[in-house]
Amino acid sequence: MTTLVKPQDLVVPGQLLAKGDYRCGDGTYKEQQEIFASVVGIAKVKGNLIFVVALQGRYNPKPRDIVIGTIIEITMNGWLVDINSAYPAMLTVMHALSRRDASRANDDLQRWYDVGDTVIAEIVAADRTRDPLLTTRGRGLGKCRGGVLIEITPTRVPRLIGRKGSMISMLKSELNCEIVVGQNGIIWLKGDPDHVVIAIEAIRQIEREAHTSGLTDRVREVIIMKLSDKRR
Amino acid sequence: MTDSLEKEKLFDEKGLRLDGRRVDELRPLKLEIGTLSRADGSAYIEHGRNKILAAVYGPRELHPRHRAIADRALLRVTYRMGTFSVGERKRPAPSRREHEISMVIRQALEPMLFLEMYPRAAIDVFIQVVEADGGSRCASTTVASIALANAGIPMRSIVTGVAVGKADGQLVVDLSDLEDKIGDADVPVAMAYGRNEYTLLQMDGKLSKEELAKALEMVEGAIETIYEKQQQVLREGFIQIREEISESEEPSSDEGDVPDTEIDETDMESADGD
Repeated sequence: MTTLVKPQDLVVPGQLLAKGDYRCGDGTYKEQQEIFASVVGIAKVKGNLIFVVALQGRYNPKPRDIVIGTIIEITMNGWLVDINSAYPAMLTVMHALSRRDASRANDDLQRWYDVGDTVIAEIVAADRTRDPLLTTRGRGLGKCRGGVLIEITPTRVPRLIGRKGSMISMLKSELNCEIVVGQNGIIWLKGDPDHVVIAIEAIRQIEREAHTSGLTDRVREVIIMKLSDKRR
Repeated sequence: MTDSLEKEKLFDEKGLRLDGRRVDELRPLKLEIGTLSRADGSAYIEHGRNKILAAVYGPRELHPRHRAIADRALLRVTYRMGTFSVGERKRPAPSRREHEISMVIRQALEPMLFLEMYPRAAIDVFIQVVEADGGSRCASTTVASIALANAGIPMRSIVTGVAVGKADGQLVVDLSDLEDKIGDADVPVAMAYGRNEYTLLQMDGKLSKEELAKALEMVEGAIETIYEKQQQVLREGFIQIREEISESEEPSSDEGDVPDTEIDETDMESADGD
């Protein structure tokens, strides 16, 4: 068993990562006891598991992910939602409305969500044989009212959230904004316009520097600097 | 070709080619990724006088639906030449040649992609030739492959293309337009270099069995050079940002002591964004 990469190494598709009895995780594949990278990203070794954290790529729906989507169509029994992935998601009446509302919603679905509305939703089911299923029943889920939306590369979302939410809670507390991060790379922000601008700039910085270390502290410094500039 | 052209010399007294290259020397090569901001992945290549842009969209919803494949994604490649890309104006309608090259490039890329990861979806690759020189299908394969990597589409390996052939009686690597047109043979090759697998091999003209074997041997050096460059360009941008930051940071907080903590933040099971 030999590893041919150092942790944090930037790897490219086809690059040999390790030889021997390793398990291969995301962004890798195995052929005859050799493990290769399949995407551009950062190589990681954890015990005998090797994986690559991708730096680019579209969003792949996973159950229990929070996503932000746009209603693109009203169907017989619900809505079709664009969640920025390879497949449109289904939001059924059953998963969108309370039981009482659902029983009388039969013909007038626009009253709840119309085409073009933005919703915060949770993925209920996603396997590759069917389109993903969403729900908007739950705390913090439902239609977005006001605020602004921005989009980042979905692969950088974990970095924006940070370990146990450290990065995002820092942003929220420093800037006193409401921020919802969809795993699909769509972000909804609401708050003081000046602060929202700073938040967007910070998010852009996080996206750009996602593969570097010491990011939270660096971003906090920039934010504090910008805030004091505004006050003067 | 007319007789006068066929007699034209393709080598000078010193045995160099018309553009001053040795027989196994590549034309100047420039690669770039992320050229187009609205595409999911993109790349640009200048190889000799070839100037080619590649854009990748997807994996995305497939229209028309009936073309969907139940167990993998559909790869669509469109190779298009600008009307201004060649000497005589190219008529804008898609030509038979463009259709063929689109197909050839698709077949050169397809075996290296994990298309089964995106059933029923589509991956679209658009290749726009801004200026054409010899070997544009090879250059297109090279650039399309890194555009796909730039889009984050999982693949077994990057694919690299380059032509080899025979001009004026000698085997030459990376044919220019003129060598291609009045030479004796043109053999476009694409391979996944690290895996030593060919994904494209065509032959236009005549080569003996021995010559073909020799030609494929010669082409490997060229492919290796381009392959290294492809890998380099995919890493470059990210490494650059890393360096910028470690420069601006005081030497006390150097990267050595933090490595593994940082990106482990990608363990995101518990981190939903509310």
